[in-house]
Amino acid sequence: MIPFDFEYYKPSSISEAVELHRQLDEAGKKPVYYSGGTEIITLSRLNLFYTEAVIDIKGIPECCLCEKEGTRLHLGAGLPLAEIERADYFPLLTVTSKDIADNTARMKITLGGNVCSELIYREAILPFLLSDSQVVTAGASGEVSRPVNEFFNKEIVLEKGEFLVRFITEERFLRAPYFHTKRRKQWNTGYPLITVAALQEEGKTRTAYSGLSPFPFRSRIMEESLNRDNTPLRRKAEQAVNNIPHEIISDSEGSAEYRKFVLKNVLMDVMTRMGRRGPE
Amino acid sequence: MTGRAAHFHINGEEYNIYIRNADTLLYVIRGKTGFTGAKPGCLNGDCGACTVIVNGWPVKSCLMLAVEAEGEEIITAEGLHGSEIQKAFVKYFAFQCGYCTPGYIMNCQTLITQYPEADRNKIKEWLDSNICRCTSYEEIEQALYSVLRQHR
Amino acid sequence: MLSKFAHAEIDSISTDRAMKIPGVRGVLTGEGLPLTGEEMKDRPPVAWGKVRYHGEVTAVVIADDPVTAAKAANLVEINYKPLPVVQTPSEAVKENAPLVHENTGIYEKDEGVNPIPGTNIASHTKIRKGSIQRGREESEVTIEESFFIPPSDHAAMETRSAAAEVKPDGKVIITTSSQAPFMVKKLMNSYFGIELGKVVVHTPLVGGGYGGKASVQQEILAYLASMKAGGRPVKIVYPREADLITAPCHMGMEATIKLWATRDGKLKAAEIQYLVEAGAYSDKAIHLTRAAAIDCTGPYFIENVWCDSYCVYTNHPYPAPYRGFSHSEVHFCFERAMDILAGKLNMDPLELRFRNAIRPGQTTPTQYKVNRSTVGDLPECIRRLKKLIRWEEGAVVRINERQLKVKGISCLWKNSTIPPDSTSGAIITFNEDGTANLISGVVEIGTGTKTVLAQIVAETLKMDINNIFVRMEIDTQTTPEHWKTVASRGTLMGGRAAMAAAEDAARQLKAIASCVLRARIEDLDIADSRVFIREEPDKGLHFKDIAYGYTFPNGNSIGGQIIGRGNYILRNLTHIDKETGKGKPGPEWAVGAQGVEIQFDCRDYTYKLIRAISVLDAGKVLNWKAARGQVTGAMSMGLAFAGREAFIFDKEGRIMNPQLRTYRPLHFSEKTEYIVDFVETPHVDAPFGARGLGEQGLISLPAALGNAISAAIELQVTSLPLTPETIWRMKEAER
Ligand code: FES
Ligand code: FES
Repeated sequence: MIPFDFEYYKPSSISEAVELHRQLDEAGKKPVYYSGGTEIITLSRLNLFYTEAVIDIKGIPECCLCEKEGTRLHLGAGLPLAEIERADYFPLLTVTSKDIADNTARMKITLGGNVCSELIYREAILPFLLSDSQVVTAGASGEVSRPVNEFFNKEIVLEKGEFLVRFITEERFLRAPYFHTKRRKQWNTGYPLITVAALQEEGKTRTAYSGLSPFPFRSRIMEESLNRDNTPLRRKAEQAVNNIPHEIISDSEGSAEYRKFVLKNVLMDVMTRMGRRGPE
Repeated sequence: MTGRAAHFHINGEEYNIYIRNADTLLYVIRGKTGFTGAKPGCLNGDCGACTVIVNGWPVKSCLMLAVEAEGEEIITAEGLHGSEIQKAFVKYFAFQCGYCTPGYIMNCQTLITQYPEADRNKIKEWLDSNICRCTSYEEIEQALYSVLRQHR
Repeated sequence: MLSKFAHAEIDSISTDRAMKIPGVRGVLTGEGLPLTGEEMKDRPPVAWGKVRYHGEVTAVVIADDPVTAAKAANLVEINYKPLPVVQTPSEAVKENAPLVHENTGIYEKDEGVNPIPGTNIASHTKIRKGSIQRGREESEVTIEESFFIPPSDHAAMETRSAAAEVKPDGKVIITTSSQAPFMVKKLMNSYFGIELGKVVVHTPLVGGGYGGKASVQQEILAYLASMKAGGRPVKIVYPREADLITAPCHMGMEATIKLWATRDGKLKAAEIQYLVEAGAYSDKAIHLTRAAAIDCTGPYFIENVWCDSYCVYTNHPYPAPYRGFSHSEVHFCFERAMDILAGKLNMDPLELRFRNAIRPGQTTPTQYKVNRSTVGDLPECIRRLKKLIRWEEGAVVRINERQLKVKGISCLWKNSTIPPDSTSGAIITFNEDGTANLISGVVEIGTGTKTVLAQIVAETLKMDINNIFVRMEIDTQTTPEHWKTVASRGTLMGGRAAMAAAEDAARQLKAIASCVLRARIEDLDIADSRVFIREEPDKGLHFKDIAYGYTFPNGNSIGGQIIGRGNYILRNLTHIDKETGKGKPGPEWAVGAQGVEIQFDCRDYTYKLIRAISVLDAGKVLNWKAARGQVTGAMSMGLAFAGREAFIFDKEGRIMNPQLRTYRPLHFSEKTEYIVDFVETPHVDAPFGARGLGEQGLISLPAALGNAISAAIELQVTSLPLTPETIWRMKEAER
């Protein structure tokens, strides 16, 4: 039960959406872009979110793109995760997605919604961080494209009225060897204790993490440790753990110390798997 | 405008209902159509008791605004009355208190239609969306398999 | 409105702004409300003066629709002054612990409640059997260990809800999702002085209970809210968050157990302290504390037992009964202690249990001498478990460098310590086509008990079960009372009452038929909805011709509508003695043996469940599929409780996981293989000898899992839940 009222708009073009946002903002309605909406609904119910107008982006064609065009894959922010899994263009994204929430929820949770979530996990961003993807956003100055790490560095960088339209990923990353693992507090249910996504590019393993710090991240320093030649596996993993560039969280899923312990073991698994696998 | 008169197709019937934009589909179906098959278990997307079928796919109706479902084909447990999967649930003792059951039946039914060849992993992936606190899940699995077998 | 603090003074509550919202009919606060509580009245239905747990109800907004109520609730202003919180029973019993209740000594209470004024102890139950001194002298080996179990929850899929209406003539109509509608009626009388005849409680099918809906809370709020709104019908539905933290939870416990044994493994003495976590209010915790004492040693015969079971206040949610009624907690502690003792004795833990398993002729901690009917056959359960779990393979088998296959076992018993005067009633009426209606006060909460009752009637009247219609809803005005649908007693008590009602109906049917057929009653028999002459079965009458009286061809009629009546009251139960605990607390002890097998990863300290086994003495299995379903369901719940489920509190005592995405029951992909076997040693008093089955499957699995993990890590696990991080911590500490 959402204890406040809001207006609902479903524009059919980017420009319409941006214009709506401008108007509603001027009218003081604190407008928000609405994609899957699962988080807006659940947070509003608990009075942790407030708006007087939502702008549903699922009617905008560019936000619903799910296609390969030449060597580039376009994935719209308004796509439900389940649909991305079914299309299965980007295997690392597929497996990462399959570990988010649950299957039925993923019929509703969208790519953009997960990436722009207020939670610390936002696991769907991991494959894009690893694949030098481009991000297309739209705002007052029209559509802009920029590298993912300019769009996402600890926090999402979006100007007022700007929204995420789609991701663009080069084909070679779609075929690169990959590995993904999610460790939970216990068994198969729940938020991640740690999620690690890995991708191989030019013989080097790239890794990105969720659940470890207050935001998902990719770390080059950790990758350096992991890719160091002539170093025993355990040593590589230990060094990577010592090089975690951000604060490690302690919460009800697990303590920081325990997370480090788990990460070390998981990294050994990652490197073993990546070492064994050639391109698919 | 924070509300509107909206048009819904539910279980093959047409409904004109006045809704708030902030109303969830679950709230509207239960409160305004008399279909109470979708159950509120958490209103937070965590339990699956509120699952309905929208355009052939399972959706947690507590995670969808009613406005989003306007004009779509909605089926609730009542719409599957007498279905094979419902009968299988009875036959295999796949429920005890029955509160989770409509949600499971919706989820299982969609799985059967979309993936009649579903393997163990697919089944696990799908059935992890709901919680049954009474049974050990064994009987639910048996009921689902019994229907899947007929469809292969 | 729910308290955001675990312990705080309420400085002020302002409802003015909320009251101004159109559609708001009233705001209920705790002002002037009488105290409530089942055995001791220590709980204001709405907090007043202070709050004692995070999630406690502080105000109830009554409005025309839920949206308006939610909007208005945001406008109720409450100012708190935080107080120091008490988070564990052991902290609470310390000398200078902050007091959760200042008035423990003066609350109105029932006989058998023993609070210690000026402390956080709400009640104390003692067991004094034999002499610890003597037991020690006869022993060579001793162990001592302490245990900790945090509070958790039932998490039934249907949250609590209730509706109430106060009619102009003072009649109070309540509809509630409850396991105890008749208790609601009694308590409304006891708390608010409403005449018993004026309270009518309806209970439709209930969406899961597991004990959690045997407590009375939401009904009181609905009634008070209706009063506040001039008697209008008011409905209250708990959101999941409130169902988890506001509504009564699953108790926590701390324990210290000392055991003495001879070198060949004969238990000689046990000295036990249980601190049952009552949380903020004593409600059912007093009874839970008593039950823990009564079965304190697990299913073993020990000559000398000394147990102190304390009911201890903390600033946590207060408990309802939970499947097993404090037995899974008792067994986790005691059955772990048994494994620790086996280790010290260098003895096979299964053998140690077999040697000490209670047998007919021996006595319980309450000094009651059991026989085959009252205690079943535990040694046989252990024998079968041994085979099913392939115990000869060894408890720990290495699969490879990293993985172990590990087994753990444990035993269980459970008596239901229900009030000695608990009663159950049943009525059978007929339809004009000769089919029958069964009306019983047992609530259908998903255990299938009502089907079993229909089976019992069908069997007694030798009629087709499809011709028996069972009334599922309860209405306390017209349904004969069944004390509470708890404690696995539906089949025994409801079953005996239904059986008696069926026999009564049969007698009446035969009486009419005897006139018509001109035969002695003794010469008549009943089958297939007919009464007939035994010697000439084709001479008889169908129920439809006599159930509403018999009409002779000339119009003369005899008999009249047949109403079969039956009741049952438990026989020869006693209150337990205040000083020694001596007495017969319940009708019988159900026994069993359980085991789990896990695959343990020695690098990650994670584990997978491979299978879980229950061998239970069911007395007699009445419906195999339903019985198995009850047991495996309980096993699944027990494994989740053992492996994962617990409330997580922050330093201020706030619950950090009040949702199903953070408080996580077992999901489909986490299920394991379940093996269930039944021993059948009849309980002579019960219909066909059947024992209760709804709880036993849960009781000893946490202990079995604890025993398996302890074997895997060669360290003694002493707390729940058993998460990989807990195990990692133990291993780290060892280093
Ligand atoms: S009520 Fe929708 S998932 Fe629980
Ligand atoms: S049958 Fe009760 S929750 Fe599934």
